[in-house]
Amino acid sequence: MTVVPIIKRDYITKLAEQGKRIDGRGFDQYRTIEIETNVVNKAEGSARVKIGNTQVLCGIKMDIGEPFPDTPKTGVMSTAAEFVPLASPDFESGPPREDAIELARVVDRGVRESQVIQLEQLCITPGEKVWLVFIDIHILDYDGNLFDAASLAALAALLTTKVPISRFLKDLDEKDRASWQQRLLDLYTIPGVDVVPFGAEEVNKNAVQDFPLPMIEPPISCTAVKINDFVLFDPCFDEEIIADARLTVATDHNGDIRAMQKGLSGSFTREEIQKVIKGALDNGQEIRKKLNESTGK
Amino acid sequence: MKSDRELINSEGKRSDGRGPHDLRKIKIEAGVLHRADGSCSLEWGGNKVLVAVYGPREAVPRHVQNPLKAIVQARYNMAAFSVEDRKRPGPDRRSVEISKVISEALEKVVLTEQFPRASIDVNIEVLDAEAGTRCAGLTAAGVALVDAGIPMRDIPVACAAGKIDGKVVLDLGKEEDNVGDADLPIAISPRTGEVLLLQMDGHLTIDEFNEAFDLAVKGCHTVSEIQKKAIMQKYQSAAAEVQE
Repeated sequence: MTVVPIIKRDYITKLAEQGKRIDGRGFDQYRTIEIETNVVNKAEGSARVKIGNTQVLCGIKMDIGEPFPDTPKTGVMSTAAEFVPLASPDFESGPPREDAIELARVVDRGVRESQVIQLEQLCITPGEKVWLVFIDIHILDYDGNLFDAASLAALAALLTTKVPISRFLKDLDEKDRASWQQRLLDLYTIPGVDVVPFGAEEVNKNAVQDFPLPMIEPPISCTAVKINDFVLFDPCFDEEIIADARLTVATDHNGDIRAMQKGLSGSFTREEIQKVIKGALDNGQEIRKKLNESTGK
Repeated sequence: MKSDRELINSEGKRSDGRGPHDLRKIKIEAGVLHRADGSCSLEWGGNKVLVAVYGPREAVPRHVQNPLKAIVQARYNMAAFSVEDRKRPGPDRRSVEISKVISEALEKVVLTEQFPRASIDVNIEVLDAEAGTRCAGLTAAGVALVDAGIPMRDIPVACAAGKIDGKVVLDLGKEEDNVGDADLPIAISPRTGEVLLLQMDGHLTIDEFNEAFDLAVKGCHTVSEIQKKAIMQKYQSAAAEVQE
């Protein structure tokens, strides 16, 4: 560790002992969150999320391609994160480093495992043609807490995504079109899915109109770090680089936990974990409200 | 490729309603990023670019250092979602070439001899693309360099002219670029008129080239005024904050 983080660590822990943080926030308080959607015309869906000075842009592109052989009836999603050198003096160009891969995988898991995108509804002709969903995350300005900013940007972008069927119609033959029509008619009766996906009504109306990506209510991730014995939510850059441990908790609209990820070499006690879960629930609710407002859901 | 559509209608208007000598709408904002030493966001028609400048700082790896002056390393990168069909992330041959010509153009105006062994890094991210991204990127880079306080002889600026339906026009749009007859992007130092970047593809007669070149230079001067306004705005609001 170079000298600057040591000085900062000293300063941050001294403040924490007085119950304060460097930017004047409470321990479990987030910085101001701004969500702006439809910021990229060329993308099927896009969102720019600001958490304080951290800025992340997410764009969704869609294409038609082959499904994986073991899941012939489900669409395919893939997530990539670029730590472009624009965002920080420490980011370099070149192939993604391990932290970019970890970020992309955590965001991917958050979306995939909770089945936020109803991938089984993105099948056109089983075994031959399905929709591909590409989630690309661009870090624009790095001032800490990329996990929350990137997941939120991905969700906001997905919630405003329109499936570009009108652009791809020419690539579908008669069989594909008939099969796709049937899939749309089946939308309400998919076994095991009791939540009506966003936009299902619009899908049924017309098979050739662009329609919202079928999705269910997403879980929201909230991250806290531990510095000495203090638990701080939404760490800014200076707090993040000196943190001992990090914990991300994703909670859904019912108040249940949907995903967790601990990072860094420090440890948490049982009580501290409870504290993070409580904070994640409270902040998650606020963030969910903001997400729904900005995406019109 | 020939277009089956008229790119200029009988009233002399182009498909997006512009006259032959009109620019698309340009919006520039300086100082938009927190971590960067200097930054600029620029919208030019349907293009959206974001530029961050870091430096002067030690050039790495060591062998790229110049003991007599700084090097300017521009990196032009397109976001995967910035184009119609998703672009694979990372540099391709096109972006490597554009990075090189932009680096060379900027190196001419930066007072590099003041910073031996240093690197001035200019990161250009194209977030939304619609013809003319290199001009947008270079123009934004000029503003970001000023915002970073890099000493320069002038603020570089770029603009393109081209030929559609046999007529020379300013600042080609998406369709015009795809099916037009020629495209001529240039960058200049507006104070002296020196040409910093020049590329041409398509087919122009000598007379048409001269007409297109003069038109592009005129376009550069118009854009230059918008650049200066953006920089003034940033420093006026900063000064106002200090006074409060």
